[in-house]
Amino acid sequence: MSALRIEQGSTSHSAYDLRDYHAEVIEKHTLAVLVDNEAGVLARVIGLFSGRGFNIESLTVAEVNHENHLSRITIVTTGTRDVIEQIKAQVGRIVPVHDVHDLTVEGPSIERELALFKVEGTGNNRIEALRLAEIFRANVVDSTLESFVFEMTGTSEKIDAFADLMRPLGLVETARTGVAALARGSAI
Amino acid sequence: MTRQMTGAKMVVQALKDQGVDTVFGYPGGAVLPIYDEIFQQNDIRHILVRHEQAALHAAEGYARSTGKPGVALVTSGPGATNAVTGLTDALLDSIPLVVFSGQVPTFMIGTDGFQEADTVGITRPCTKHNWLVKDTDQLADTIHQAFHVATSGRPGPVLIDLPKDVQFADGEYTPPAKAKISHYQPKVKASIEEITDIVALIEKAERPVFYTGGGVINSGPGAAMLLRELVDATGFPITSTLMGLGAYPASGKQWLGMLGMHGLYEANMAMHGCDLMINIGARFDDRITGRIQDFSPNSKKIHIDIDPSSINKIIRVDLPVIGDVGHVLEDILKVWKSRGRKTADVSAWQKQIDEWRAVRCLTYKNSGSVIKPQYALQRFEELTKGMDRYITTEVGQHQMWAAQFLGFEDPNRWMTSGGLGTMGYGFPASIGVQLAHPESLVVNIAGEASWLMNMQEMGTAIQYRLPVKQFILNNERLGMVRQWQQLLHGERYSSSWSEALPDFVKLAEAFGAKGIQCSDPKDLDDAIMEMINYDGPVIFDCLVEKHENCFPMIPSGKPHNEMLLGDASTDGAIKSDGAVLV
Repeated sequence: MSALRIEQGSTSHSAYDLRDYHAEVIEKHTLAVLVDNEAGVLARVIGLFSGRGFNIESLTVAEVNHENHLSRITIVTTGTRDVIEQIKAQVGRIVPVHDVHDLTVEGPSIERELALFKVEGTGNNRIEALRLAEIFRANVVDSTLESFVFEMTGTSEKIDAFADLMRPLGLVETARTGVAALARGSAI
Repeated sequence: MTRQMTGAKMVVQALKDQGVDTVFGYPGGAVLPIYDEIFQQNDIRHILVRHEQAALHAAEGYARSTGKPGVALVTSGPGATNAVTGLTDALLDSIPLVVFSGQVPTFMIGTDGFQEADTVGITRPCTKHNWLVKDTDQLADTIHQAFHVATSGRPGPVLIDLPKDVQFADGEYTPPAKAKISHYQPKVKASIEEITDIVALIEKAERPVFYTGGGVINSGPGAAMLLRELVDATGFPITSTLMGLGAYPASGKQWLGMLGMHGLYEANMAMHGCDLMINIGARFDDRITGRIQDFSPNSKKIHIDIDPSSINKIIRVDLPVIGDVGHVLEDILKVWKSRGRKTADVSAWQKQIDEWRAVRCLTYKNSGSVIKPQYALQRFEELTKGMDRYITTEVGQHQMWAAQFLGFEDPNRWMTSGGLGTMGYGFPASIGVQLAHPESLVVNIAGEASWLMNMQEMGTAIQYRLPVKQFILNNERLGMVRQWQQLLHGERYSSSWSEALPDFVKLAEAFGAKGIQCSDPKDLDDAIMEMINYDGPVIFDCLVEKHENCFPMIPSGKPHNEMLLGDASTDGAIKSDGAVLV
């Protein structure tokens, strides 16, 4: 019997590889997960993502109902349709998870992110940065003679666009909160 | 009525209120208060194992053979880390366990104290849920909640980490009836539309097959009875995963035998060729599916599972139904009967299946001078099949042969490590089973290598006078590893032989048990009967053919209809892309 020859990269042809099955476009979904605000609940959710090889693009978490100790975790994730379904089912069966909502498919929703940008510079760059900040409705929340800190709220795309514009003008530091999202309309 | 008591007393009280009669454990500094309470009462029996891993497997054996949750108690640090394999094993096989671990006192957590480990952190991915209890007032609620989580929905292991100061402190005890009800209430009933859709598919199917799994066992004996009724009334053939053996009787007319990598030819061919697959409580594990792209290409697939995450995880199905197997089967039967008990003509399919059966895929070449492992199991089956018998196994070739050659007539009679494939599972599991069924014959079918992994439990078997029989098919090899090395790695048997084996007869005697060795097929029947008739633990060293391979086999990366039926067909059977699979 001949010696085993495993071709380079042959793992990607594994019969157990979900990616080859129903190969589809990668979708981006925003999930809202309502959880009991108990110790370790965030570790359970993100441990599931790392343990099963799912992606996290953005994650925000805070208590939203103090009386009932409920927190809301908003996760932006990517994957094929099958993977997204699997993520929702896996997150949904974590014991302290009450609800998983896929805001991307459950109707229109609003997504907002808050970002802080520190931009250093003098002269024309400084003037241009301030002018663009006005156009983008960013607020100046801190200033020195050589720098601004801008605060901006908007969709992730808007924040990306502003960051791209600030980069040549002296952007030195960025802090982003990640996405918070709610379904539109009166329904809960 | 609530009462004040210490946390340690609360643990014992809550266990009593939950109907627990047996706890498997090992003491240590961080659980001494609980051990002190156990000492001062007689309702709960504590079984002292010799290693925490064995406590978990024994609790699994107890749980699997009774349908009740198994309970284990371990100390902090190494006690808890030794429990991790058992927790993972129970998680993959959906076995309800409630495990208590000691922890350093709350004010020392995070200081790298003696025997401190981040137990809830370590066990988070290998439990269904876990808790660190920091307040004695919360303890009783948490324990009742733990039993609820372990046993409802898809069962699984849970762990409660108990700092030592919480065990000493006084708190308010809440009985189960008053305990806080969790929002965790998995759905158990399917909708009438789903049931009607299932029945409509059943009525039309020309080549149907039932594919059942551990979910039927977990749903309880009632579910197995309903399954039998449905299978017998429809006349459809049925196969089962390793975990589901016994739900439908092996002597039943529709029984195809186990499916999967080492499943029977007729079972796998039926899966491949069917037009309707009715998956009841199984999860399309990779040992079952073979090559996914070619899995049962022409069938409509129904998948009944209590866990929504099992649906479409591996195989996309046409009709997913989330619910408890017992409830769903009951409703299927009701609706199918009310619509006139209709089925299509499946006689051509039956004929096809009979042709596959005629291949007699379990045929092996017997020997007059050496005991073949298959022969040993055939004789064992012949001599014990009418008995009140429970079987556990270790992991490897012997496990697959046991699944192929032993017949199970009832659920909860077969305890094996399916998902995790834990060598060392079978012996401690047999101890747990024997404690739950003291009058029954409990036999662990083992390989010598697996068995050595938890052989220290001989002490437990002797201490509690447990007449567990260790039927070791000794080929002086890690048989399944060796088989894969033969098929895949040019017969280079790297570290797959058992050197420096003990004399098992002397080993048994050293512990005060009985040892039997048998190497001649002619002596085998008498030796097996001697083992069965001995009132006490026995180590049976059955010296078998060393290089026997386990067939049939679906080689890695191949579909169901490309099985290997014997040694002659193995040359070059596994291609390089299949070889990377385990």
